[in-house]
This record gives sequence, C-alpha cells and structure tokens, in this order.
Amino acid sequence: MKLLVCVSKTPETTTKVSFTDGNTQFNTSGVQYIMNPYDEWYALVRAVELKEKAAGSKVTLVNVGPASNDSILRKGLAIGADQALRVNAEPSSAYFVAAQIAQYAKGMDIVFTGKETIDYNGSEVAAILAELLDLPYISYATDLQVEGNVATVTREIEGGKEIVKVQMPFVVSASKGMAEQRIPNMRGIMQAKRKPLVVREPKKMSDPVSIVQYTLPAPKSAVKLVDPEDMDELVRLLHEEAKVI
Amino acid sequence: MSVLIYAESPGGQLKKAAYEAVTFGHKVAKIIGTPHVVALTIGKVEGSEVLGKYGATKVLNVAHEGGFDSQVHTSIIAQVAAKAGSKVVIVNHSADGKSLLGRLSVKLKAGSVSGINALPTFEGGKLRATKGVFSSKAFATYEVKTPKAVFSLMGNTLPPEEVGSDIAPENIAVTIPKSRIVVIKEDRAKGTVPLPEAELVVSAGRGMKGPENWGIIEELAEELGATTACSRPVADVGWRPHHEHVGQTGVAIRPNLYIAAGISGAIQHLAGVNSSKVIVVINKDPEAPFFKAADYGVVADLFDVVPRLTAALKKYKAQ
Repeated sequence: MKLLVCVSKTPETTTKVSFTDGNTQFNTSGVQYIMNPYDEWYALVRAVELKEKAAGSKVTLVNVGPASNDSILRKGLAIGADQALRVNAEPSSAYFVAAQIAQYAKGMDIVFTGKETIDYNGSEVAAILAELLDLPYISYATDLQVEGNVATVTREIEGGKEIVKVQMPFVVSASKGMAEQRIPNMRGIMQAKRKPLVVREPKKMSDPVSIVQYTLPAPKSAVKLVDPEDMDELVRLLHEEAKVI
Repeated sequence: MSVLIYAESPGGQLKKAAYEAVTFGHKVAKIIGTPHVVALTIGKVEGSEVLGKYGATKVLNVAHEGGFDSQVHTSIIAQVAAKAGSKVVIVNHSADGKSLLGRLSVKLKAGSVSGINALPTFEGGKLRATKGVFSSKAFATYEVKTPKAVFSLMGNTLPPEEVGSDIAPENIAVTIPKSRIVVIKEDRAKGTVPLPEAELVVSAGRGMKGPENWGIIEELAEELGATTACSRPVADVGWRPHHEHVGQTGVAIRPNLYIAAGISGAIQHLAGVNSSKVIVVINKDPEAPFFKAADYGVVADLFDVVPRLTAALKKYKAQ
C-alpha cells in the first residue's frame, strides 16, 4: 500500500494567542510549535500501523511550509514514516495547501489528514484534496480497517457514528480513536536522520480567500459568585439577567 | 443570482440547523442584493415546505437513494447551484457539511470559509466572513476573492426566524454520479439535540469521581432540556462517550448556556467552549481557572449543588 500522510505545523495547545501589524498577523514570538495533534496522533500513527501489517507498504509524509518545518517532518519519520516531502511555501490558504499536495498524491492508495488543524480549524484540506483528485472522502474517521483493496471506516456524525465501506484509493481525515499516540524512540530518531526528506518548490497560484483581520474575544467581566445554598438565585439570574432560560 | 442553502435532513428529518441555515441564507441574500433564496434537500424528506417559512423563496428536492457521500452530494449541490445561478452556497458546519465545503469550493471555483459565526459583509463587491480560529481563542475575518463563495455555518449562530410562508417543494432532476462509498450502518443518538446545535449544555469532568455518578448531571440536563457534554480526561478514561467531549481536541460548541461541573477549565477545554454566550461554573476549588472565564460561579461541592440546581429549576418551571 502507498500511504500519504499530510501533516501541518501548529502552535502548541497552551499557546496564548495574540496578533501584530494592526491585528493582521499572528504573533509568532515565543510560540512553541508542534505537529498538528490530529495529523500526528491519529493519521500518521494509523498509517504506520497499516504499513507494519502489510509488507511492501510505504508511508510518505507531506507538508507545505518553510524550512523550519523540517523538524516536524523528522519527528514524523522517527514515528515510522519512510520518506518526507516538503513544499517550500507559506501555507497561505487551505486551497493553496491542498492544491500543492494534490500534485504528489496521485497513485496513492490512501491519503490521510487529521480532522482539522488546531490553528485555523477549517477541516478543509482533505475535502479540497479529494475533489481535486476526484476521490471519495471519509471525514472524521475513528476507525479504519483494510482488507484487500476495500477499507471499512467508522466516521463521527452528530451524536453518533456511521460505518462505511470504500474502495481504495480514497482520502480520509482522522479523528480521535483512530490510533494511539506514539512517542518516537531513540532508534526511530536515529533512523529518521537517514530517511529521505525532499524539498520541492510550489506551483504558483493565487489564494481564493485571505485573512484581512484578526480579533480577540472581548474580555470577560468578573465572575458573579452565587451562594451555593441559594440555587433559586442562580435560576433567577439565568432567567432575568442572562436571559438564557 | 441567488443564495443556495443545502438543508440537511438526516434520516429524512430536517434539523433545526437546516432552519437556521435557511434564515441565515435569507439574510445573506438581502446583503448581496438578491431576492432569490433557494433551499435544497436531497433524498426523501418530510415537511420541507416549512423552509419557505424560514426564508426560502424556492424549495427544491433531488430524489436520491443511498447514504451520504461527499462526492455525490457535492455533484448534486453544484449542479443545482449552476442551474440556480447561485453566488453564495451555504451548508451547515456539521460532519456532512464540513466534508462538502472544500469539495464545493473546488467544484464551484468559489472561495470557502469554514464555520462562519456571523453574517458576512459585502462591500465593493467582496464578501467578508468571520470564523473562530485557534480553537476559538480568536476570530479571523476572511475576504473571499472569487466571484462566488461557499460557507459552512456554525450551529447556533442566529436563531431560525419565521419570515415567510410555506412553499411547496419542487423536484429537480440532476445527473447523479455513482457512489464509491457504501454506508453499512448509521448509529445516531435518538431524541437528544446534537452538541454542535445545542442551545443549552450541561458538562461535567473529573470532579464527578466516576461514571456511576453521572445521574445528577443527566437529571439537570433533562430538567433544562440540555445536551450533556464532558471534558477530555473523562472521555479518555471511557466514563463518557467520545462524542460528548468538548474542547480544543473535541467538539467546539457555542450554546447560549454552558454549565460546567467539576471541570477545572484548562486552556484546551476553554478553547472549545468560550464562545458560549453564558458560562456557569460549579467547582469546589475557588482557584479553578474556569472561574476566570465564567459569568456565574458557584464555589461548592458539585454533589450538593447540582441536585439543588435541578430542584430550583423544577420549582421555577412549576411557577
């Protein structure tokens, strides 16, 4: 099986978010970056598990980003991917990223992404990629089993789940439950240094959307504490003051 | 020119989210200056004439057997959008809607914005729409640079409004591509409002001490007509089903009221819930960080307070 795993670099989950240049740029100063957790913990690990079960399989990582993203790719290689490819460009929109990746996704049996990135939360790259490649797409998968050239995939839907069968090739976005996080071991880290990491220049294209302004949520006013003995008062506040019940 | 709304109907039933999207589409049509608001349903659906009441000027149905396939549904919606001359296409920011959005943007050559949480603006021929980013720690306004746009709408952004009257649905024929996906089982919780759509949510965390204690949370939720949710550690250890997990790595929600009992309020949890209009925090630790994000707080043992709150609600409803 040829497996492609699309990975992103995102700010670490406890990052305090702020902006610069009149709230038009994300303030990267002091920000720690990680591999997007959905890409790493679920998409990549499941791809590596499938490879381990099917002899002759190969896992390729792909990222669209600057040279500083190589550390993310090396980590992915240490977790068990065989080779990595980086498209040397700022990931300026979901469409741009998907269109760059699409050039390298042809001939793959399964294309994995995480269900969303934890920075822009768009859930768009996998769907765009699937349409560009004219492939079926299963979103928010929590389980993926392969038999021959057919996969059985469980996907999250509102308040429940759906089980589908799909023929390879297809695109899938991974959600929690698909696999368990793997911590790279020393052997993996050493091997990763010798695995191929190829850099390609991007295909030129314009973004269909762009961010023009960021805003931070209005600061909360101080919490109003309610006497634990007087829940009638809380109900009154929720009804009369907050008007939510 | 028109605005097209894909009205989801899981199991043949239109959801509140579909009504919200139609009312939203009605307002978007006013903003871009078109009287045409087209609501589309796919497959067997009951009571779609009501979409006229929520703002559609035309209700269309495409006959279709078989389950959801983003590829097939995208093809159907795109064909209808072409026939209706749609400038803006709106889907819900749901499991299905999210898998349609990106595909539709390719098919329609339309810029997409995912999970918008307010009406777009339209100036100088350009649409701008805002969505939560960094797991709701901030918002970003996107400008759509293409003549057409496609949006997925966050649940609970604007309530459905009755602005018109029922309209008889019309059938419309399109070419339906062959699906490469077979849905073999669908398992949806019956009766409860799914979290992304819920107006009222009662959530609990590690402070519950064990899954056997969830009765008091369920009773409070039932009294309120709320949907239950939980924090990540609780879903991780299997006390609660994963689809209840709200937060940065779970479901992001924006209910009118979010009641959190026994959740300390780690930044990753807040990220998924801080768009809630009103937050009530019940925690015995006065230093719990969640109190900083709360509108109302009760510093006390949840095992005392939650049943008392349920009783107070019961009394209030009886009056």
